[in-house]
Amino acid sequence: MEASQFKSDQYVRFCPGCGDHAICMALQKAMAQIGIEPHNVAVISGIGCSSRMPHYLNTYGFNTIHGRGGAVATGVKTSHPELTVWQMSGDGDCLAIGGNHFIHEIRRNVDLNVCMFNNRIYGLTKGQYSPTSPKGFVSKSSPFGTVERPFIPAELVLGARGTFFARTLDVDVPTTVDCLVAAQQHKGCSIVECLVNCVIFNNGTHAWIADREQRAEHSIVLKHGEKMIFGANKDKGLAVEIDPQTFVPRIIVVAADDSRVLTHDARQQDPTLHRLLALMGQERFTDVSEQNADFSLPVALGVIRDVEAQTYDQAVNDQIKEVREKAKAKTFDELTATLDTFLL
Amino acid sequence: MRNVVIRFCGDSGDGMQLTGNLFSSLSAILGHEISTLPDFPAEIRAPQGTIGGVSGFQVQLGSGVYTPGDKADVIVAMNAAALKVSALNKHYHDHAIIIVDTDALTEKDLEKAQYKTDNPFTELGIPESVQIVPVALTTLTKEALKDSGLDNKAMLKSRNMFALGLVCWLFDEPMDEAIHLLEDKFKKKPALIAPNTKVMVDGYNYGQNLALSVNQIRLTSPTSPTKQSGRYTSIAGNKATAWGLIAAAEKAGKRLFLGSYPITPATDIMHELAGRKDVNVMVVQAEDEIAGVCTAIGAAFAGDLACTSTSGPGLSLKSEAIGLAVMAELPLVVIDVQRGGPSTGLPTKTEQTDLLQALYGRNGECPAVVIAASTSANCFDFAYEACRLALENMTPVILLTDTYLANGTALWRVPQLAELPAIHPQSVPQELKGQYNPALRDERGVRYWAFPGMEGFQHRNIGLERDAERGTISTNPANHEKMVLARKHKIEQIANQIPELKVVHAVDAAKSDTLLVGWGSTEGHLHAAADALHCDLAQFNYIHPLPKNTREVLSQYKRIVVCELNTGQFAAYLRAQIPSLPIEQYNEIQGQPFAVERIVNFVKSAER
Repeated sequence: MEASQFKSDQYVRFCPGCGDHAICMALQKAMAQIGIEPHNVAVISGIGCSSRMPHYLNTYGFNTIHGRGGAVATGVKTSHPELTVWQMSGDGDCLAIGGNHFIHEIRRNVDLNVCMFNNRIYGLTKGQYSPTSPKGFVSKSSPFGTVERPFIPAELVLGARGTFFARTLDVDVPTTVDCLVAAQQHKGCSIVECLVNCVIFNNGTHAWIADREQRAEHSIVLKHGEKMIFGANKDKGLAVEIDPQTFVPRIIVVAADDSRVLTHDARQQDPTLHRLLALMGQERFTDVSEQNADFSLPVALGVIRDVEAQTYDQAVNDQIKEVREKAKAKTFDELTATLDTFLL
Repeated sequence: MRNVVIRFCGDSGDGMQLTGNLFSSLSAILGHEISTLPDFPAEIRAPQGTIGGVSGFQVQLGSGVYTPGDKADVIVAMNAAALKVSALNKHYHDHAIIIVDTDALTEKDLEKAQYKTDNPFTELGIPESVQIVPVALTTLTKEALKDSGLDNKAMLKSRNMFALGLVCWLFDEPMDEAIHLLEDKFKKKPALIAPNTKVMVDGYNYGQNLALSVNQIRLTSPTSPTKQSGRYTSIAGNKATAWGLIAAAEKAGKRLFLGSYPITPATDIMHELAGRKDVNVMVVQAEDEIAGVCTAIGAAFAGDLACTSTSGPGLSLKSEAIGLAVMAELPLVVIDVQRGGPSTGLPTKTEQTDLLQALYGRNGECPAVVIAASTSANCFDFAYEACRLALENMTPVILLTDTYLANGTALWRVPQLAELPAIHPQSVPQELKGQYNPALRDERGVRYWAFPGMEGFQHRNIGLERDAERGTISTNPANHEKMVLARKHKIEQIANQIPELKVVHAVDAAKSDTLLVGWGSTEGHLHAAADALHCDLAQFNYIHPLPKNTREVLSQYKRIVVCELNTGQFAAYLRAQIPSLPIEQYNEIQGQPFAVERIVNFVKSAER
């Protein structure tokens, strides 16, 4: 199928230079690559810049209310598991007002593909700090800097027993397409953190990795079954070591040819290593005072975790099927016939 | 006697609800009309023997039964605290019979129930005209079970069955039917059948053989000539509501989806539907009230008959999402089982205080259909009706019931699916394939429903304002007004699809100048009051929109008394809809159903 089959007739109204344009394009490409007919796809969103996405896709779409996209999407997928259901959300929609629905869709493992656009700012309400803005961040609602500790989305996903987590960057379209395709193929709640730039209110928030010159040194694209190697010259690798005093494991950078270089296993059920990988380089996003520190660990992109577990939608439907197979009364009239009644 | 009121009361752990339900079902099976009022404490388990832990169950049986009765003719008090609660709340008539377990009136029992003296009857000032029947229930139960091998605790749990047997004797209800009911009740715990049956039969025989100094009460002609013939059963309002939804889904050819979150007193609807996977019901117990309604909206978007069930605080939380369903024009059934409010209020008590919230509690110009059930049995009909109106008109419908209807039981004539009204969901015609948009309406002004999986009908639905022609986002000022009016008109035209208001005329009297007006669950009490007052009654089930003939009917009366369990919400609504009506109000807000006597006294005393 062609990406054009997934474009709607609507004019795309993201700001010029907004990272959402790139994700929109990647989504259309990924949907074409996946090959599911547009009428079997439903894209559900809440409120925010990213939540405009359904309007630009020629699928079924529902642009709902702030924070509730996850709950609406859960209803769509659970009632109709034959549909492919996407959820478009942002760091405010998903992690602030919709936080409860977010952790519960993950906990239940509803088979949804969730794009969580993280620009670390509220864009549509014009520039307030979000739950992912670093501590000390100055915005219209934090003129003296925020005093709040932010979320690291990956930690929240793993804490909610997430089965799929990927991270991508607006300017890296091939990785985005790969992550979105993998999210669709994963049976369960797939969270794709899309790091996007807000050109108006938070320009350069991901410059550390978005900058073309630095990206190869500051990030690593993880691929299942491949060695964890990065750097402009592919000369560095990642290994894990255990601190002999505290027994705390940590990721270290070694030479690419070091025998300790890890091979990425996204299918490992134990989330310990996935967490360490997902947290690499995140300190700089949690506190503005850390912004200029020199971090040796790269930010992990790509599919970090992709493990199998029963999905909620399947389990609910299976249980109904199972009960119905054994049930004596399957219709209203058969049901009322089981009542203890008397004639008048 | 034509009818009689009996109240079982005891500790929360004494099984009073079970006893009351069994007795009510038995009475119903024997052909009596019944109306019940469970009255349980908010505490799950208050300390045993205390006032706070008293649980009651009142039932009126006989013919011409509209309510559970103002006051009991017979009280069964299982302990000192229950006796005290009954006396303090004047739960009985001056000539009532009080059966009391004398084994539960020890010094320790009196102390737990905070009596000040050692003579409870004098202390409570129970009039001499009341006949006290002391029965050593505990001793007699233990005696009945002495060979059962049960331990003391298990034996004590069967005290309620002794009381049940005794009451069955008192009302001359046959034991074989009662035994059959018990067997059915305990079919999943067969070990309990024999001991409970033994205790109940012994209770019955105790009444018969030991010749209690009371006469049996015989009710006249158990079958009421006013009832339509058919198969009947006794049903609680919440269960009737759940079954109405099931019937509507099957009739409409839709799958029933319920998104809900536990909340007293609505939870039994979710419990019932969660157990009805056999008839293909899908229930999502959501993470909160908002997710309850939002999962339902998702299911409606995907083409199911979607419902959410809640009580007042939950309705508040769902407000924004109901607004989304109004804006997105999706069918959605919202069931609000009203309780005492505001805030957490009186979670286990009844009130009609959510009417204005249901009508107006959303941002923007946000009309939805509001209807109310008026008996525990017609919760079935109005749940069904809510589904019909939602599916045929692409709108949220809010169904109001309340604690009184939800937990109370009534006789329900079991219908066949074939005899229920047809339901035609507003599905998009295939001819519109390729040209569909979500703003397209039929001649009634109702938009068409297309959902994912249908090829050639892809569209984007929104909570934002949409263009009246293209269905896409629009901020055009004139378009907004046009859409506000289109949504308003859509709800108003539903008046063409609902029955006209019917007045219940006074028995054996010329047309009255006085009209009692009520809505929802007060029907029984107002009916009984209107009978006593020889005046007319208009009880509303359809509130928004009102029946088309409302103005015509109401303007014929010189005096209109609107009676509600709130401070006058329906009266205010009526005044706004039809100014210049001679409206008076009678209101109670005590968390309890009306007492017929108080309504009658008010109407008489306020007469000019």
